Amino acid sequence: MTDAAVLSQPLAPATVSATKIVARGLDFFYQGYHALKNVNMDVPERRVTAIIGPSGCGKSTLLRIFNRIYAIYPKLEARGEVLLDGENILDARYPLNRLRSKVGMVFQKPVPFPMSIFENIAYGIRHHERLSKSEMDMRVELALRQAALWDEAKDKLKQSALGLSGGQQQRLCIARAIALKPEVLLLDEPTSSLDPIATGRIEQLIEELKRDFTIVIVTHNMQQAARVSDKTAFMYMGELIEFGDTEKIFTKPDKKQTEDYITGRFG
Amino acid sequence: MTLPAQPTKPGEHRRIARDARNDLLFRGALLTCALLVLAALLGTAGSTLWGGRLAFETFGWKFLISDHWDAVNGQFGALVPIWGTLMTSLLAMLLAVPISFGIALFLTEVAPIWLRTPIAAAVELLAGIPSIIYGMWGLFVLAPFLADHVDPWVNDKLGALPGVGRLFRGPPLGIGMLTAGLVLAIMVIPFISSVMREVFHTVPTRLKESAYALGSTTWEVVWNIVLPYTRSAVIGGIFLGLGRALGETMAVTFVLGNAHQFSESLLMPSSSIASVIANEFTEASSDLHRSTLIALGFLLFVVTFIVLAIAKLLLLRLARKEGNA
Amino acid sequence: MSDNTWMYRRRRLGNALALVLGSLATLFGLSWLAWILWVTISKGMSALSPALFTQLTPPPPGDGGGLANAFFGSVMVSLIALLIGTPIGIGAGLWLAEYAQRRALGTVVRFLNDILLSAPSIVLGLFVYSLVVKPLGHFSALAGGLALALIVLPVVVRTTDEMLRLVPSTMREAALSLGVPQWKVIVQILLRSARAGVVTGILLALARITGETAPLLFTALNNQYWNHDLLKPIATVPVVIFQFAMSPYDGWHALAWAGALVVTAFVLVLSLLSRLLLARTKVTHD
Repeated sequence: MTDAAVLSQPLAPATVSATKIVARGLDFFYQGYHALKNVNMDVPERRVTAIIGPSGCGKSTLLRIFNRIYAIYPKLEARGEVLLDGENILDARYPLNRLRSKVGMVFQKPVPFPMSIFENIAYGIRHHERLSKSEMDMRVELALRQAALWDEAKDKLKQSALGLSGGQQQRLCIARAIALKPEVLLLDEPTSSLDPIATGRIEQLIEELKRDFTIVIVTHNMQQAARVSDKTAFMYMGELIEFGDTEKIFTKPDKKQTEDYITGRFG
Repeated sequence: MTLPAQPTKPGEHRRIARDARNDLLFRGALLTCALLVLAALLGTAGSTLWGGRLAFETFGWKFLISDHWDAVNGQFGALVPIWGTLMTSLLAMLLAVPISFGIALFLTEVAPIWLRTPIAAAVELLAGIPSIIYGMWGLFVLAPFLADHVDPWVNDKLGALPGVGRLFRGPPLGIGMLTAGLVLAIMVIPFISSVMREVFHTVPTRLKESAYALGSTTWEVVWNIVLPYTRSAVIGGIFLGLGRALGETMAVTFVLGNAHQFSESLLMPSSSIASVIANEFTEASSDLHRSTLIALGFLLFVVTFIVLAIAKLLLLRLARKEGNA
Repeated sequence: MSDNTWMYRRRRLGNALALVLGSLATLFGLSWLAWILWVTISKGMSALSPALFTQLTPPPPGDGGGLANAFFGSVMVSLIALLIGTPIGIGAGLWLAEYAQRRALGTVVRFLNDILLSAPSIVLGLFVYSLVVKPLGHFSALAGGLALALIVLPVVVRTTDEMLRLVPSTMREAALSLGVPQWKVIVQILLRSARAGVVTGILLALARITGETAPLLFTALNNQYWNHDLLKPIATVPVVIFQFAMSPYDGWHALAWAGALVVTAFVLVLSLLSRLLLARTKVTHD
């Protein structure tokens, strides 16, 4: 992954060290249960940041704060600050609409909408922009190309998305998310329901996508985190134990808990 | 051709406002629909209570215990229809509960797997047949059959028993409470048996397997493991069937005979709350008569409401146990 | 030792007896089904003729004639019921599934809806009588449709609620994470995913009202002639069957059986259809 990091540097030299998302003193409560405790974290722009940890450690919870998707359920509460380009997205005045067009999300299981492949991608765009037919065609094609699905899907754009394989469906979901031209892409265990070959394709895709997007990926698969990410955050029991360069986390972590986890002594 | 990378600010604000407004309107519309469901139930209770007030005021508590029904002179006592409703439903449950249990037992433990779905579907077809068909069949086919082949035997054999014999003495008319009870039983069997079958399936396999491992027979597993585990839901299913039986109208109207004479014999014609309303409502000429029928409707509604609420609560109890497990 | 064998035999015997009785109970239940269907088919077939669908209900003593006006009335009344009951039912079902998951009002509505589902239909008819017939001063097709709508409503509410809750929550999250407003997500994505299930509910509701008689007796009443006016009494097949079957005339009896056969066949086809649809949705959801 260091190779890829080197490759991407000349493309955007000025933004290499820029920070896209900043979490400051972030707490999260689930019906009184303290699920995240004072999390502080800087997510770098156009890099892949992985969040790892045993199940129930709060890694998905943290990810779900970054686009406030948690807010669709009652009795969940986030306190503290999450700055996206310097603006606090937890502020009720921050328009959800803008947040969701800037921050896309892909889930554990692929969930294609019950419509055609083309419509799956056009659906989200249509809500944010008014495009002509030819513009829309171009946008859909671009998104499918970026998600490395174009060659497989171009002849069946009008067919139901439910007919695609699991791996193709997940790439469709990625295409659907990046079709809105977001700046951040949140991936919540995107390969956990896929076979090794489909997983490999998605990981390869992540490498390509980080030229254009800031990516945060939650994964329970440590090898995957080591393969695809530049930065890694290790969480345990709602706390961010350690956050740093992936290489360092996996070779000589500072904290004993991190070392125990990555060497498989618990979790 | 320029593609706006991000929506521009002014348009964005207008859209946010529009989305928020539409969301609110949509939510309000759906809530209104949900409140209409409440209104349907409350309206039924309220309007029948209001419509029956003349009867309640005129007759007071005597309304429930008098068997005097005289439309010409405006005297109405509800004892016969109340008695008829309760007795036919009770009879129906006495027949339907063991049969339904047998069917559920057969479908969950006895029948080969490939046979279970088609038989379950066939039993549920019984629930799909309109009640008016049951009524016609009951009147034209079942009643003559019972009059010829069953009623005489009931009269001779059961009627000779000391004590309960009184219930079974009477002319072999074919129509009457016994027939109505039988038809009701057939009608509620699919409801009770399908609830039983479903809740039997919720028993964890490991529970049953551990009993089988101890050498229990199928019957012992059902009796000692499955039934205790599902007891509240099984009773809930029975109450659900009872609620249906109490309120059933057409089938009973055909085979009960619409008699207002009180008789303790199950072979005699009688009437039920629902059948009296069905038979007399459009012909009721006086306000008091109509009010009496609406008052009966109110009573029926209250009783079925209570029975069905108990059924629902008992069924929820198992669902909650499931959720925790 | 012999004690044990005796115990063992007794247990085996008890078991065999229980299983045989269970099988007999099933046979008992199914034989009624066979008997009722056989009677309906044999008596209905012999009275079935093209005139059934083309001629009006005959006056007593009821020779000849058909049920054309009653069929038309049943279609009208059922249509009114579906037009009123379905949208409200879907709306309430959506509210239960999408907005009321953990709210007390949601629990109350769901509970009462289940009771409405099994409430005596004749009492619902009394409600509509006081609500519509009495204020207007006359029986009408509209009142009949409204009474049946009260039967359609809880069926549609329940299936819509159940089917929407089967849609995986990630579907909601995926759509909302695209910035699409909630009402659009619910209508365009979630309702669409649950489409087959919701249609099943509507078919089941139609099956239930097709043979429904009691609430029509004093709402739609009856009518011996053609009627297109929704504010006038209208004939419906079940009510005509009731009237004809209770009469002393053989001609009316025959027509009643023919009507019963058509109604039963229609209801059974509907429940078969909904069963197939439901089986299909279950497969796609897993």
